[in-house]
Amino acid sequence: MADTALAAPPRSPLSHAADRLAVATRTSGGAVRLAELPFLAQINVRLDAKGAAAGAVGLALDLQLPLEPNSVVRAGELTVLWLGPDEWLLVGPPGSERDLESRIREAAGDETVSVIDVSAQRTTLLVAGPRARDLLAHGCALDLHPRAFGAGRCAQTTLGRTQVVLVARGEPRAGFWVLVRSSFAGYLADWLLDAATEYI
Amino acid sequence: MLLIQCPWCGPRDEAEFHYGGQAHVPYPEAPAALSDEEWARYLFFRDNPKGPFAERWSHAAGCRRWFNAVRDTSTNEILAVYRAGEERPVTAEPRSAQPARPAFEDEAPSGPKRGPGGAAPSGVEGAAPLEDGTGRGGGDASISGSAAGHPFRHPTRGRIDRDAPLTFTFDGTEYQGYRGDTLASALLANGVIEAGTSIKLGRPRGIFSAGVEEPNAVVQIEAPFPEPMLPATTVELYDGLVATSLPGQGRLATEPDPARYDAVHAHCDLLVVGAGPAGLAAAAAAARSGARVILADDQPELGGSLLGTAEHLDWVAEVAGRLEAESEVRVLRRTTVFGYYDDNHLLAVERRTNHLGADAPDNVSRERVWRIRARRVVLATGAHERSLVFADNDRPGVMLATSARTHVNRHGVLPGHHAVVLTTNDSAYAAALDLHTAGVDITAIVDTRPEAGEWAERARSAGIEVLTGHAVIGTEGEARVTAVTVAPYGESTGQREFAADLLLVSGGWNPVAHLFSQAGGKLRHDEALGSFVPDTCRQAVEVAGSASGVLDLATALAQGAAAGTRAIEAEGYTAEAPRLPETAAQPRQTPPMHVYVVPRASDGPRFVDLQRDVTVDDLARATGAGMRSVEHTKRYTTAGTANDQAKTSGILASGVVAELLGVDISALGTTTFRPPYTPVSFATLAGRDRGALHDPIRTTTLHDWHVEHGALFENVGQWKRPWYYPRNGEDMEAAVLRECAAARDSVAFMDASTLGKIDVQGPDAGVLLDRLYTNMMSTLKVGMIRYGVMCRPDGMVFDDGTVIRTAQDRFLVTTTTGNAAAVLDWMEEWLQTEWPELKVHCTSVTEQWATVALVGPRSREVLGALAPQLAVSNDDFPFMAWRETTVAGIDARVCRISFSGELAYEINVSPWEALALWQALYEAGAPYGITPYGTETMHVLRAEKGYPIIGQDTDGTVTPQDLGMSWVVSKKKPDFIGKRSYARADAVRPDRKHLVGLLPEDPQDFLPEGTHLVADSVLPAPPVPMLGHVTSSYRSAALGRTFALALIKSGRDRIGERLYAPVGDRLVPVTVASPVLYDPEGARRDG
Repeated sequence: MADTALAAPPRSPLSHAADRLAVATRTSGGAVRLAELPFLAQINVRLDAKGAAAGAVGLALDLQLPLEPNSVVRAGELTVLWLGPDEWLLVGPPGSERDLESRIREAAGDETVSVIDVSAQRTTLLVAGPRARDLLAHGCALDLHPRAFGAGRCAQTTLGRTQVVLVARGEPRAGFWVLVRSSFAGYLADWLLDAATEYI
Repeated sequence: MLLIQCPWCGPRDEAEFHYGGQAHVPYPEAPAALSDEEWARYLFFRDNPKGPFAERWSHAAGCRRWFNAVRDTSTNEILAVYRAGEERPVTAEPRSAQPARPAFEDEAPSGPKRGPGGAAPSGVEGAAPLEDGTGRGGGDASISGSAAGHPFRHPTRGRIDRDAPLTFTFDGTEYQGYRGDTLASALLANGVIEAGTSIKLGRPRGIFSAGVEEPNAVVQIEAPFPEPMLPATTVELYDGLVATSLPGQGRLATEPDPARYDAVHAHCDLLVVGAGPAGLAAAAAAARSGARVILADDQPELGGSLLGTAEHLDWVAEVAGRLEAESEVRVLRRTTVFGYYDDNHLLAVERRTNHLGADAPDNVSRERVWRIRARRVVLATGAHERSLVFADNDRPGVMLATSARTHVNRHGVLPGHHAVVLTTNDSAYAAALDLHTAGVDITAIVDTRPEAGEWAERARSAGIEVLTGHAVIGTEGEARVTAVTVAPYGESTGQREFAADLLLVSGGWNPVAHLFSQAGGKLRHDEALGSFVPDTCRQAVEVAGSASGVLDLATALAQGAAAGTRAIEAEGYTAEAPRLPETAAQPRQTPPMHVYVVPRASDGPRFVDLQRDVTVDDLARATGAGMRSVEHTKRYTTAGTANDQAKTSGILASGVVAELLGVDISALGTTTFRPPYTPVSFATLAGRDRGALHDPIRTTTLHDWHVEHGALFENVGQWKRPWYYPRNGEDMEAAVLRECAAARDSVAFMDASTLGKIDVQGPDAGVLLDRLYTNMMSTLKVGMIRYGVMCRPDGMVFDDGTVIRTAQDRFLVTTTTGNAAAVLDWMEEWLQTEWPELKVHCTSVTEQWATVALVGPRSREVLGALAPQLAVSNDDFPFMAWRETTVAGIDARVCRISFSGELAYEINVSPWEALALWQALYEAGAPYGITPYGTETMHVLRAEKGYPIIGQDTDGTVTPQDLGMSWVVSKKKPDFIGKRSYARADAVRPDRKHLVGLLPEDPQDFLPEGTHLVADSVLPAPPVPMLGHVTSSYRSAALGRTFALALIKSGRDRIGERLYAPVGDRLVPVTVASPVLYDPEGARRDG
């Protein structure tokens, strides 16, 4: 019994939508690229930004936690999103969550730091391509113009009728990450595919 | 939509925030020391001032921080925001109202200086040279032969594409028109001017205007898709269009609209509304600055009034080209800005494919709502020509003078052949002369003014008779005007009759101030103009061109350029002076005369609101009945309530009422301008939020399995939860009885992943939970679980769930499915606003875990088989304990919790692996007949045990004690949220409603939820005293009968008593019982 279960591959919230996202990407001729980036490690970190823990955790992760609201710091494969004045979301490659969690706990020592593995709480949608901003503007009230929301910006906001964390990726043409609660992911994929109707 | 400044995230839409009531109302230090009255004051009383008010807000959809804001409750302006815990700052003064037309001296027109008012929006000079070759007074013969059977088509004028003929049908007759026509102009070209009958009197009505102000020609589009009540003057002609005239009222489509509609958000430094001369000048000034500019106009091409006069179209093309070339400039054609809301948030509707008819592509939205947030706005919305009131002023053939000119120059259509012009001002002369040039025989210009100055001389020298000091007092004709009666102004003698098929009317100009007014702007009466003009507004908006009351082209252009320049320079950009067209010198102006009702008119109805059939007599009845305000006469007579929103009649009605009351119109004012400026269909407003996308559907990771196994679903909040799994044609009753039996007799399992889960972490986690729950949580041992109840400060139950202690400084709190977000918000609110000193953090982990409830006497065997490392005996793994182990090889946290009274486990795993777990349980449980069950069975099982469901058995007025759960209310804790309220006199009344069980006398009698309960077997005369109501009702497999839970006054004291439940026309006898009807000893819990 146990062996059977172990053999089953993990299922991401949008595994059932992968084909539709791929078809939309193909038929849009590159205007939009839509895909799930499943299983990214996500660690929620809460600590006093002015306390000793901030530096210690930063040192352990080899980066500085972003203090500017709605900004992103990247270091290697790790992306740190500002979620609040004492709250960050670390996003790393799949499978790195346990290592990240223990590194942060270790670095924090006796300081008050909350570390929570939330890798399955949200999944990540990639929304890229030249029409990515137009696509998101159908349901996001934020100003997504590169002057206002360029590379390195992130925001917790609403897209369609669900809450998301929106990240403008750094590399050229890398588009956006849309982090969405797993239970809403199916709705959001349907919403994005419908919004993309005009571009495909 | 307010733009609220989050102290952390910056400005965000109001929709991202939750309101939290008055700020700086601290939780009392010692609630126990307060009297009932003092406590009630804290609970229930808040200030309600007019003016600045400090209140709490939470950036709920953003950083989840609570903060404070000082808001002016009379204007909604937020004067300051500050972080929780900070002192209320000295707030800045509210924004002052800025003039709609500041710094007017900057805008010296390039043309000769003129006095204000009375000028035509534009003159004939500079117009396109005479093209028709027919010469003045070209007459019928040369025209009627032109343009393919179009007796009223001008051979050359107009912006129609004569190479693109279109076929359309109106009232069953097929006609030809051209691309570039409106439905109205195409009808006029075919000699059709009557386009409907009036709503109350059934009088024939004709095309009255050339734009959105049209009150008469409001038609039904039948194909390709039925749409009611569209002004024919705004419907672009397309091939295959089928329309019918209406008796003042349309018909909604009976089938769903197949078209797509969508919405998009946009942001800009400058939004220019209207692409007439002033709007184009404003956009041109800003175009190359790098500022983000949106120019929106409701027409298919730019130019505004210039299209109607055919002047300076080369300049229009030049500006249009320049705007197209700029990447930061967006030009929205066919786009009506229809709403102006807080903080420069404007809504517009873009008609994207309507004009394509059947050729409209399926994947492009038919209409799109633009939600525009603009730093600055320039309104260049133009002016509408005002009509005049005289007898029989509604006959087909009566038309606004400048609209007739527009039909000639835009559509190449002559609205008639023999026209009389009635005017109070100069502007109609320009129209008359242009029409005359185009071949319309201007029989006479009737001017109410005693002197008409240079314009009249010009008309006379063109051979047109001008009657100054005269007015039209009546008309003749049935389907169309045939004759016009003219008399000296204010006299009934000296009448003359003119044969005419067209009566052109100009009563002056009304600036289109709708959006400005919606923005909160104040209007003032302009004596020279005889109408209301924008005055001041607290939003960042300016008004330019005729919308501001400036009717002179050169001034309008200069004003637009200056407004555009000021707007973008205020945003830090550098404008460039745009090239403006040279305007030729105009004749000296003669001031207009302000006339609303022509005096001494002949008999016959004098219409004020054509679309509502409201006459002067109707308004006189209203004032005779005592109405003294136009808002009241509007409601009394319906004047101004039609879907044209009184664009031609509003000011006229004010003028008529002012005359009736003997007051000045400036004192009377106008009715309120409300969005939308023009009607917007519900389909457009709904956009893509229809069908499956209407509301998000939340699903668990096991959803597909439930679907594959035939589950029917219940909506719980936004979640889809399996309701029951019917087999082989079972109905709900049979399926639920089967599922219940499986859980009570063997083993069953359900997807419980939707329960809210909150990670509470930090050294003070126990302290926080002790303050929020009614019972003690800090004494819980690691590895154990406790049930808890959360109440509001008023002591009423708000949520319940279990608390798991996962480590010394860490708890996992579960909430009810529908309340997860509310509980987290609740925790954050107290933590951030009252107890910031606590070292604890709360984080939602609802979707981090998938949860499977494994229930029933055989559940231990199933679990044991899949979790070989787990000691499952009752001693090793007692009730209300949790263990970490692997189940089916999957890392799991297993909790011994029961919501059914049976031996039960909740197995929590990563949702990525939940399907594997579920399938393993299904397989391992197969020998025991493991049965998936849904929410209905869950509800029955818990109800048999008397476990309440918060929100079903409670309604915000129920205390834990009312539920019979005094045991969950700590007596030891000095305080917790709700505690003080339990000592209030109201909370200890003996006649409070208690949760009890009900057993109908007939075990098959089913009480619908919500059924009331009364004491007597015979209903007394109303009002019948109610004792309470049924909150839950089921058929029980275990009890072999129906039963219910109910909230009954003094219920626990009535156990054993007989009560009656009115169901339909029966009084069903029921017996009050303990709420715990099954296994009251709790013998089954440990298996």
